Amino acid sequence: MSIWEYANPKKFAETAAKVQPFAWALAGLTLGVGLVWGFFFTPDDYKQGSTVKIIFIHVPAAMMAVNVWGMMLVTSLVWLIRRHHVSALAARAAAPVGMVFTLIALATGALWGQPMWGTWWEWDPRLTSFLILFLFYLGYIALWAAVEDPDTAADLTSVLCMVGSVFAALSRYAVKFWNQGLHQDSTILKVGEKDPLDPAYYQPLVLCLIGFVALFVALVLLRTVTEIRLRRLAVLAARERLA
Amino acid sequence: MMPELGKYAGAVLSSYAVALGLLAVIVGLSLWRAARVKRALDAVEARQEGKR
Amino acid sequence: MIALLLRDLRLSVRSGGGFGLGLAFFLLVAVLVPLGVGPQSATLAVIAPGILWVGALLACLLSLDRIFALDFEDGSLDLLATAPIPLEGVVAVKSLAHWLVTGLPLTLAAPVLAVLLNLPAAGYGWLVLSLLLGTPALSVIGTFGAALVVGIKRGGLLLSLLVLPLYVPTLIFGAEVVKRGAIGMAVEVPLLLLAGITLGAAALLPFASALVLRINLR
Repeated sequence: MSIWEYANPKKFAETAAKVQPFAWALAGLTLGVGLVWGFFFTPDDYKQGSTVKIIFIHVPAAMMAVNVWGMMLVTSLVWLIRRHHVSALAARAAAPVGMVFTLIALATGALWGQPMWGTWWEWDPRLTSFLILFLFYLGYIALWAAVEDPDTAADLTSVLCMVGSVFAALSRYAVKFWNQGLHQDSTILKVGEKDPLDPAYYQPLVLCLIGFVALFVALVLLRTVTEIRLRRLAVLAARERLA
Repeated sequence: MMPELGKYAGAVLSSYAVALGLLAVIVGLSLWRAARVKRALDAVEARQEGKR
Repeated sequence: MIALLLRDLRLSVRSGGGFGLGLAFFLLVAVLVPLGVGPQSATLAVIAPGILWVGALLACLLSLDRIFALDFEDGSLDLLATAPIPLEGVVAVKSLAHWLVTGLPLTLAAPVLAVLLNLPAAGYGWLVLSLLLGTPALSVIGTFGAALVVGIKRGGLLLSLLVLPLYVPTLIFGAEVVKRGAIGMAVEVPLLLLAGITLGAAALLPFASALVLRINLR
């Protein structure tokens, strides 16, 4: 019983159908409880006031934005090496979700920063890195859409994902270098990094993290099955045309 | 009911609104697309079964 | 490989080859930015390193699709892929040709344009050095992008979307070298990082580009 059994589209779809309800339920439950808890039942931070409540959305979204790209990298490698279509389709399915997470991280980051910094946007290293990550997602999705042959598209986007990952990491470092010494370490993004988080925030945050992961799993399973069905649709439609 | 958000009410509320809104969009779109594709596939498969 | 290099150089210098277009664009950027930003010398002096680097970068972008598109259309790319020289070598030569025709002229023209943008005197040497070290990376990275979109009709805009994020590290370090050099700060760190990126890209990306070309030529 190995993971490669799920490379079979039919087996994947069957398993996805079984797992999805649990994923959606887990997502709904943990996000529901976590966000309500965080929004209504946490105290204000002495430094940041009520804006600390944004952490329950901003941090999970930001973590997922990066982790989704990592998942895409792994599935792209699996496609290039083992040629399992399900893997390539999973990467394709995950990208728009990752992009939305990145957008949420950007928007909440900017909105959180506005009362602290006084401007609607700051070229803070973290926010800038996410902006660049957003562009990488956009390019990846655009390339999938632009290439007609599905296998060629899968190959090209996989290579782009790999090369992009290297440059995304380089950019992260470059942007840190670019903004050092010009701008004090934003107090916002120190939260959870250096100071150990107050347990009052920690628990709802963990719930929200689990919720975002579960939501991603549910969405990727749903969307990959959609991609598998689309492929089958294309094959059948072509067969009809030839018949 | 609403917690005392004070002067940061705008930032906090709009953050939640934007985030939940975007999540609703991606979830909604994914579900709608999944249903549409399933319907189309079922139709084509039924047609091909019928021919046999 | 020399023959291929000379052929590509000759093709780009011929009329219709686009030589000089990049330079003209670079000049346009150097003229348009002050028109948009205002003529205050102090402002221009501060943003000059960035404008020069962004201008050079965009000018490089212009001629990228030319690297493979013409050969792809008339079938010579298939011939090159089956030629005795490895495709990685072909790609490297094409990147070199692109740099000789685009990056190098931009590097040489930059000091002239820097005058328009009021770059402090100390920055001129660093400007040329940073462009000299960084534009090869732009050519190599651009070649990778061009290989990705070679089969796509009207792929120019997509090419920009794919390549510009890849240019970010080179842009940041290149502009930092000029910025710091212009005000007399130490430049070793960004300079070394810039050189490192160029060397790494030149060593590794041709393999990725060749792989992508093979995919597209299937």
